[in-house]
Amino acid sequence: MELVQNFPFLTIVLSLTCGVFCAVLKPKAAKRLCLLWLSAAFVMSLLTLLYTLRTGESYVYMMGKWSAPWGNEIRVGILEAMLATVFSGVMILSLLGGMEHIFQDCPSQKINLYFTMASLLMSSLFALIYTNDLFTAYVFVEINTIASCALVMLKYSGKTLVATTRYLVMSLLGSGLFLLGIVTLYSITGQLLMEPIAAEVQRIWAEGTYSLPLTVIIGLFSVGLAVKSALFPFHSWLPEAHGSATSSSSAILSGLVLKGYIIVLIKIFYRIFGLEIIMEEKVSNFLFVFGIVAMIFGSLGALRQKDVKRLLAYSSVAQVGYIYVGIGLNSRAGMLAAIVQIIAHAVTKPMLFISAGGFMEVSGGSKAMPDITGAGKRDPLGGIAFSVGALSTVGIPFFAGFIMKLQLTSAAVESSTPRMVIALIAIALSTLLNALYYIPTLYNIFTNRQDDKFKDVKAHYHWEYVLAVVIFIALNLSFGSFPQHVVGAINDGLAMFGM
Amino acid sequence: MKPNGFLAKLVNFVEMDEFRAENYTLGDKAKTPISEDNPANKWLAANQGKEQSVRSRVYHWFDARGLDIFTTLYRFMSVIICVTLVSVLLSVIAALPPFGNPTNPDVNEVVERYVSKGTEETGAVNAVAGMISAYRGFDTLGEAHVLFVAACSVIVLLRVDPEERKHGVLLDIPETGEDMDFEPNGDEILRKSAKLLVPLSFIFGMYVILNGASSPGGGFSGGSLIGAGLILNSVAFGFHRTERFFGDEMYHLVKTACLTAYAAMMAYFIFMGANQLPDHVWLGIPGTIFSGGLILPINFVVGLEVACTMYCFYALFRKGGL
Repeated sequence: MELVQNFPFLTIVLSLTCGVFCAVLKPKAAKRLCLLWLSAAFVMSLLTLLYTLRTGESYVYMMGKWSAPWGNEIRVGILEAMLATVFSGVMILSLLGGMEHIFQDCPSQKINLYFTMASLLMSSLFALIYTNDLFTAYVFVEINTIASCALVMLKYSGKTLVATTRYLVMSLLGSGLFLLGIVTLYSITGQLLMEPIAAEVQRIWAEGTYSLPLTVIIGLFSVGLAVKSALFPFHSWLPEAHGSATSSSSAILSGLVLKGYIIVLIKIFYRIFGLEIIMEEKVSNFLFVFGIVAMIFGSLGALRQKDVKRLLAYSSVAQVGYIYVGIGLNSRAGMLAAIVQIIAHAVTKPMLFISAGGFMEVSGGSKAMPDITGAGKRDPLGGIAFSVGALSTVGIPFFAGFIMKLQLTSAAVESSTPRMVIALIAIALSTLLNALYYIPTLYNIFTNRQDDKFKDVKAHYHWEYVLAVVIFIALNLSFGSFPQHVVGAINDGLAMFGM
Repeated sequence: MKPNGFLAKLVNFVEMDEFRAENYTLGDKAKTPISEDNPANKWLAANQGKEQSVRSRVYHWFDARGLDIFTTLYRFMSVIICVTLVSVLLSVIAALPPFGNPTNPDVNEVVERYVSKGTEETGAVNAVAGMISAYRGFDTLGEAHVLFVAACSVIVLLRVDPEERKHGVLLDIPETGEDMDFEPNGDEILRKSAKLLVPLSFIFGMYVILNGASSPGGGFSGGSLIGAGLILNSVAFGFHRTERFFGDEMYHLVKTACLTAYAAMMAYFIFMGANQLPDHVWLGIPGTIFSGGLILPINFVVGLEVACTMYCFYALFRKGGL
């Protein structure tokens, strides 16, 4: 076994340890340690990605002396390594971009805990990406839930406390349903690792026993993870939590945390149940319909917002809908679109939240639309980043969002007629609605103010903010202009994924 | 223009909620009283005793009662949803294999190996300890960090900075004083029994931790016993007595050392196992204290960590600091 094959496991365990150390360090030292470690984790994930691209096959890494049904396992392929690389990169950039706000918004004695939470969150995301074991997934879902609630709560105000309470209640409901699903599945299969469960499930399916529990299990997993990833009817916690948190937290929560749960759901669907059972149980139809509804209603919700961060949060609801539509198309092209959307949204939405944080800074800390009028002129870099993000979300060519819409549309065209018609209409409508709320916002941030309330406010650029924003813009544009390699790699990754 | 009617009340309801949230700062009460200009109240006040056309009565009836109807409907629906969910889950339980039946699907090669070869492979007589700390040790590592992240979140939420406490900035201290001012509360019966029980619970906790590999128990249960002892100590003798040997610094030291040691041990074990290298861990003599290889030190650090977490929760809820 080569050294590089150990990296996924090391990234998970060392992120945990990094979090533990951050809890006892002074804020500045914790920040340095966290960023240093995350950069190392990014490099390690990148090396893992290069290794899997070179060998062209996935491998299973035993977590201990014992192999498949007895011990824990993680599984590494192109897709997993690529998601880990993107996620760790976005995590670093989100932290960097909102670093000044972290130090302003959090109580001074507790800033180091922000980095604890960020490291633990990163470790749980790594674990969710790599895991090949349902119970490991559950343990790290717990870490993920608590750490993301703490990230919202760390900006200490009445509003965030209310938002965190809502978030925690909904998120725990999701965790509870997910755990019930695992328990029930264990009692009819007697396994916790994905491959042995898949074999047992196929046997049970062929024999026709336990058909009711199997249906309910799929329902529990879908609803539980849909609640946690804010699929439409369960999205009520999201706008408040993402809208009131500090800008780094909003970026991390919308860019990464939501996706972690979707990745677990994809693993459960395609590595445990398989395409055929999912199709027979009609669950993909539900996800498809709710995804479509999310695309429309998330955008309609965003239209009504008078607060830029809540607007972005509602836009996340719509964007999560795109992912679920991709999954619900129940084809390989649909999955490809879903994964492309996971990556495209991860490089777009954090950028929007970071630049919204920049606008708040030059608008006296307010995020209300009238106050941020002209903020794009006071903070030109943030303005450019927001424009790139907005155009990308609307789906203008040469931006990341366009690639996703292209993939989703071509996947929709390949599927059955009713789905194709519904999906195409929904994509068109949602794109129109996206433009309807993003273009006026863009207009708003680039018009001159009538009064001279913030006349003398100039953005003072810290290198961290500049670096993060510039890299985000570059990532978005390069993914939008040269998507072939990434899309090709995702395609190979899906092949390894067993699809 | 604001919408009126039922929708207005709903919006008003939600906005009032947000208003409360926005104006609620820790330490001082909401600065402005919440406005009472509910359209329903206004309408009722303005139109009392007046003659009304049937149409406007019907219209305004909904206007005035809409929120109540909504609330009732909400309660009704929540009961229906709960009952449906309960019946679905109960019917699933009825369809599941009966508990403890030897032909169940979960009685398979996995469990068989844990039971029959567990002692030989992990060195632990207690099959559960062997399973959670060795076979599936990675999950337990994650579980220990769940406790850690939970404790950190409670610190974020409840810890009061000593400086701020001194200046009374953040705390909303009632006139009767804090809990802290009544410490120790001087109950003779409590103190006498604590004198007897605290050392006992420490010793029993250590016993459970050390014998985790050979008898029921282990880090989590032994740690809770020690944590209970710490809590009892501070209830009976006051926080100052506990702070002498277990304060903020001690907590952080123990916690960091334990979790780092745990992660290091697990990382070594997993790295060696995955790379098919000999791990040179002495499995010990099954049934004695020194058995189970890494299970003994793992139980030890997990026990200390759990004790810390339990006491941390108690101290933070009680006085906002360790």
